[in-house]
Amino acid sequence: MSSLRPDLQRVAEMVAPGSRVLDIGSGDGSLLDYLHRAKQVDGRGIELSMEGVRQTVAQGLSVIQGDADTDLDDYPAGAFDYVILTQTLQATRQPKAVLENMLRIGRHAIVSFPNFGHWRVRWSLGVSGRMPKTRTLTYRWHDTPNIHLCTIRDFTDLCTELDIEVERALSLGRDGRTRFEGAGSLANLLADQAIFLLRKKT
Amino acid sequence: MNMDALPGHKLVLDAPLPLDCGVELEPVTVAYQTYGTLNADRSNAILICHALTGDQFVADRHPITGKPGWWQAMVGPGKVFDTDRYFLICSNVLGGCMGTTGPADLNPATGKAWGLDFPVITIGDMVRAQVRLIDHLGIAKLFCVAGGSMGGMQVLEWAARYPSRMRACVPVATAARHSAQNIAFHEVGRQAITADPEWRDGAYANADTRPQRGLAVARMAAHITYLSEAALHRKFGRNLQRGSLTFGFDADFQVESYLRHQGISFTERFDANSYLYITRAMDYFDLAADHGGALAHAFTGTRVHFCVISFSSDWLFPTSESRAVVKALNSVAANVSFVEVDSDKGHDAFLLDEPEFHATVKGFLAGVESAT
Repeated sequence: MSSLRPDLQRVAEMVAPGSRVLDIGSGDGSLLDYLHRAKQVDGRGIELSMEGVRQTVAQGLSVIQGDADTDLDDYPAGAFDYVILTQTLQATRQPKAVLENMLRIGRHAIVSFPNFGHWRVRWSLGVSGRMPKTRTLTYRWHDTPNIHLCTIRDFTDLCTELDIEVERALSLGRDGRTRFEGAGSLANLLADQAIFLLRKKT
Repeated sequence: MNMDALPGHKLVLDAPLPLDCGVELEPVTVAYQTYGTLNADRSNAILICHALTGDQFVADRHPITGKPGWWQAMVGPGKVFDTDRYFLICSNVLGGCMGTTGPADLNPATGKAWGLDFPVITIGDMVRAQVRLIDHLGIAKLFCVAGGSMGGMQVLEWAARYPSRMRACVPVATAARHSAQNIAFHEVGRQAITADPEWRDGAYANADTRPQRGLAVARMAAHITYLSEAALHRKFGRNLQRGSLTFGFDADFQVESYLRHQGISFTERFDANSYLYITRAMDYFDLAADHGGALAHAFTGTRVHFCVISFSSDWLFPTSESRAVVKALNSVAANVSFVEVDSDKGHDAFLLDEPEFHATVKGFLAGVESAT
């Protein structure tokens, strides 16, 4: 239970005990397993890789092979308390539709993504004139799965556009440990990654 | 083969079996095999449902063909369906020809074989007979119901009708309804049988003959649907049987010879009328139609753990059919896992050694066992 990745640990802290959770891109199921054991969460996963699905099923967890872009439509509105998407939004084909779907299916959404507004990224592009490669963004431009990278400011703009309320924003260093709360200009400059707890404005 | 001499168990139902067509069928015998040991609190039983041409001999030598059981790869000590842990049950389906009552059996009203007087049966009827067997064995709740293809249809029927009598289920390479394409293939097979003059309007038993040619052709056509283009190509390509073309209609190509062999050997162990009845049962299967037109209604409020599995090259029961089941289960927030296993072996993959498939089911069963 202690081996959970630090950023996933922060995500887990946002989840209320005993709630119903859908983890999109659940990987090997470690977050779901942790939530199940530590918080008695009734969890479900969606994972693209057969290997990840197999590992998750073997832990007694429910996971379906699928992806965020195509399979969220199948879930009824309000089926979950939390819908979680960690480090994946930037790799979806339709991030906006995915985000809307998450807040249709869940009362809350938890989204984490690498912040393209980080000063190292800005510096790298500004000075070297090349697409940034950092320790959180390790791919080259032609082999990256990250087709929709955004900054924290881009993301909060989209939330405003979609009538989504930011309940909580955490700014994280690249080791996944918290730097500070909030999603302002400073966060946009200093956060390697960000975690947002969201809900639909009523 | 004299069916009275078949190895295994037989249960004669103590009351008529009500069928979907309205008939109260009697007498009904259910022939079944078991593997492993039922534990003291009767909580480790797994019902295995066989496919169209399968039977109860899941994991032992077939009494007619002498071949290994059809799920020998899955069932045994230490295997996926571990006979050291679980008590496995498999019964021949209603309408079958391996000991359970079917059209080849004697109609008590006439003293002759039922033939076409046998009532048309459904997947629901098959499952109803299985429920009687499980009652007889004193098992209130099965640990799991598992099966592929038509076996998977029975699994889904179980989950829809008797959810309180099972903890988990594994429907493999199956669908919640038979598609138009699948019905079409079945119709080709049935036409092949009924076009055989030896079929004699289904009364061939009275004439002491069998429509073997028709049944063989039905099997040949069906067999193609169980494979993939890639699997056929890998196995045979355009390889010739004798090294050169004969400029005739003998089996020049190995694939022809193979299919002919599959067709003929099938007739040694299967009854033509059973083939008509069982294919009909599959055609009639439409779980959504049975539940007000919405598949999700079949599973409302279910507490059963589902592990749905499809194979990427299966075009008879393609992944889209499994996804439709998963979608319905998701829409009622059921406990469902789903994997599409990468395989180029077509529909038959569920019978073959597919490590990812086996590992997934094994993990799923262990997971359900540990779930409170």
